[in-house]
Amino acid sequence: MMRRALLLILIGAGLLEAQVSFDRIIRSGQEPQNWLTHSGNYNSQRYSTLSQITPENAKNLELQWLFQARSLEKFEATPLVVDGIMYTVQASNDIVALDAATGRMFWTYSYTPAPEARPCCGRVNRGLAILGDTLFMATIDARLIAVDAKNGRPLWNTAVAKPEAGYAMTVAPLVIKDKVIIGTAGGEFGIRGFIAAYDAKTGKEAWRFYTIPGPGEPGHETWPANNDAWQHGGASVWVTGSYDPDLNLTYWGIGNPGPDYNGDDRTGDNLYACSVVALDADTGKLKWYYQFSPHDEFDYDSTQVPVLADIQWQGSTRKVMMWANRNGFFYVLDRATGEFLLGKPFVEVNWASGFDAKGRPIRVPGMLPNAQGVLILPGNQGGTNWYNPSFSPKTGLFYIPTWANYSSLYTKRPQEYEEGKNFGGGTPRPTIPTGTRTAINNYAKEDEGYGAIRAIDPHTGEMKWQFKMTDFTDAGVLTTASNVLFSGGREGYFYALDARDGKLLWKFPVGGRVISGPMTFSLGGRQYVGISAGNSLFAFALKQ
Amino acid sequence: MWPVRVCISLLVFAAGTLPVFAQHEYTQSEIEAGRQQYASNCSRCHGPDGDNVANADIGHGKFSRASSDEELVRLIRNGITGTAMAALPNMTEPNAQTIVAYLRSMASTAAAVAALPTGDARRGKTLFEGKGACTSCHRVGDAGSRAGPDLSQIGTLRRSVELHRSLVEPDAEITPANRFFRVVTKDGATVTGRLLNQDSFTLQVLDAKDEKLKSFNKSALRESAFVANSPMPSYKDKFNTQELSDVLSYLSSLKGQ
Repeated sequence: MMRRALLLILIGAGLLEAQVSFDRIIRSGQEPQNWLTHSGNYNSQRYSTLSQITPENAKNLELQWLFQARSLEKFEATPLVVDGIMYTVQASNDIVALDAATGRMFWTYSYTPAPEARPCCGRVNRGLAILGDTLFMATIDARLIAVDAKNGRPLWNTAVAKPEAGYAMTVAPLVIKDKVIIGTAGGEFGIRGFIAAYDAKTGKEAWRFYTIPGPGEPGHETWPANNDAWQHGGASVWVTGSYDPDLNLTYWGIGNPGPDYNGDDRTGDNLYACSVVALDADTGKLKWYYQFSPHDEFDYDSTQVPVLADIQWQGSTRKVMMWANRNGFFYVLDRATGEFLLGKPFVEVNWASGFDAKGRPIRVPGMLPNAQGVLILPGNQGGTNWYNPSFSPKTGLFYIPTWANYSSLYTKRPQEYEEGKNFGGGTPRPTIPTGTRTAINNYAKEDEGYGAIRAIDPHTGEMKWQFKMTDFTDAGVLTTASNVLFSGGREGYFYALDARDGKLLWKFPVGGRVISGPMTFSLGGRQYVGISAGNSLFAFALKQ
Repeated sequence: MWPVRVCISLLVFAAGTLPVFAQHEYTQSEIEAGRQQYASNCSRCHGPDGDNVANADIGHGKFSRASSDEELVRLIRNGITGTAMAALPNMTEPNAQTIVAYLRSMASTAAAVAALPTGDARRGKTLFEGKGACTSCHRVGDAGSRAGPDLSQIGTLRRSVELHRSLVEPDAEITPANRFFRVVTKDGATVTGRLLNQDSFTLQVLDAKDEKLKSFNKSALRESAFVANSPMPSYKDKFNTQELSDVLSYLSSLKGQ
């Protein structure tokens, strides 16, 4: 009897291990061979303890396999790896399961989004979440779909919002406990954004947090009382948040208010646009917020990945959140309270001159869009954007994919709201001459803008080093315990740098833009690095 | 620099067309946006100078069916029934307004070539290939060098005033794709030509001398940079007014296949 019970426990334990439990995700640092969430783990550092690839041997990296997507859309997804199986999304919304050692496909689940879907910037998808044996995908027509990870069979399919009203989803969901959390994109179409949690078993909505507060709710007073601007003020969500299990808070970056470039009809700070919100993961209740860009008119989405770390801060260990914002500033906040600890520009900035004691940016007079056009740094795509940064506890540095010397000429015009129609209210024009940058040619000069990886000391905001690229970059960053940094850029290289000094260790011409974040995993004693670039997914490892 | 207001007062009208006065002042930013809209939506039929369609010399403010900016916007968006001018269902009102801004600006800046005598494209071709030695850098069809901008379709791409300015003041505006580039290798070899592409580690160049495509590792170069000025000489004193006009007529007649 005793023996039988023991056997049952062992079988149970085996089954549990095969499934991705919430507990496994919390402790994902203990299984660096896997990549269990969009950002690798809940703190979103994009840092791995795998250390087989080192600054000394990185030159021996070679391609192991590549998967060619049957899609010409931008490949923005970061794959998951669970016990040798890789899951990713072929845009717009096909889930593929691959053998992580060979790239051979196990199965595909193809979803055809409704034709009403009208995303602003491509029918893209940034990846999946997993819990148990179930994968979760947010779709471009604003549905959340659960799929069996073993065979690709759809389990449930929940309508999150109306695609015809401009709602879309490009975000990789975040699983916390028994819930799947997503946010809605559509900031250029006058949506009212929200973050919502769904029961992982049933797809039933568990809670919803509107990123624009309704009448009677705190923050509603930051929108005009005499119009309905709050009902279509944007504040979209399209980049995955983070989670602190000890505080049970989940953190999400919120997009720009609408109309993007004309704030005349939305006087006030326009909460929670361009903010980070800290929500109770069980209820969706707001614990605190910090607004990076009050009353934004530059499309400075705060849709960046919140990076969580416990670091030494003025003599004691502090639970902080680090954030390189599209608005050109690098921030350190206390993630328990939202207290502003540091704000420092990491690129050229001319719209704000600094911060007051509470961390509110001090605006430079006259730096607002007008009919003639005003030159603003950083430009419309920001000093950085949605692609992930990385924090290495080993070097203590924060690494930012950066757009340097970059500006836009912002003009504004009147804008009426019409459901599902573009709600811009102006235009940001590139200040580099038309035709300077195209998909295949690049004749830019450095003073017309360049891409870089910049390494920042989070204690001071000072730049320690930078690795310059000729073209801009939309590639995320990965760092490892062996001080190797992986990234890429628009010009079509994937490369490894020494995380300590930015020295180039290795590069590989992937032949297409890298518009995704690198990840790493290991199998059979070998460390692999995965990256989506162009229309393919590449896996590299050291030569054997 | 940017917020230059253009005074729209030099509209040229011909008999039989409605006298149209601009109701608005337009910003340089709107005009630039309109230039791009015009190139994408209008230029194929109306031509870069706006004078390709009979009885509609829109580049000189001669509109036979509109008398106000608002009417022009409507006309651009809705088209003209019974003519080749089709409606543009995706043309927004703000974008159509920028086209009007550009049309007004075209009319006000056309004076520079309006004063020139009538040109003869045939004579212009002879000057282009002979006295001007233009083919030593430029290509038309299958003749001439590839070192400078290919002019085979220049008549569909550039206004006469722009071509005139390039002839007399080549440094006034050099489009980024036409900036001349110079490379010096570590062993002292110099290559000048067109920069076709570059990334963080390599450069791709068309050598102006031998027209070969050359790729360089940046690590093997001593220096590489754009040449500040255009290699093209000014023809202000090389050609007389009639000759300039003839060459302009020839360039405007180049419309590819």
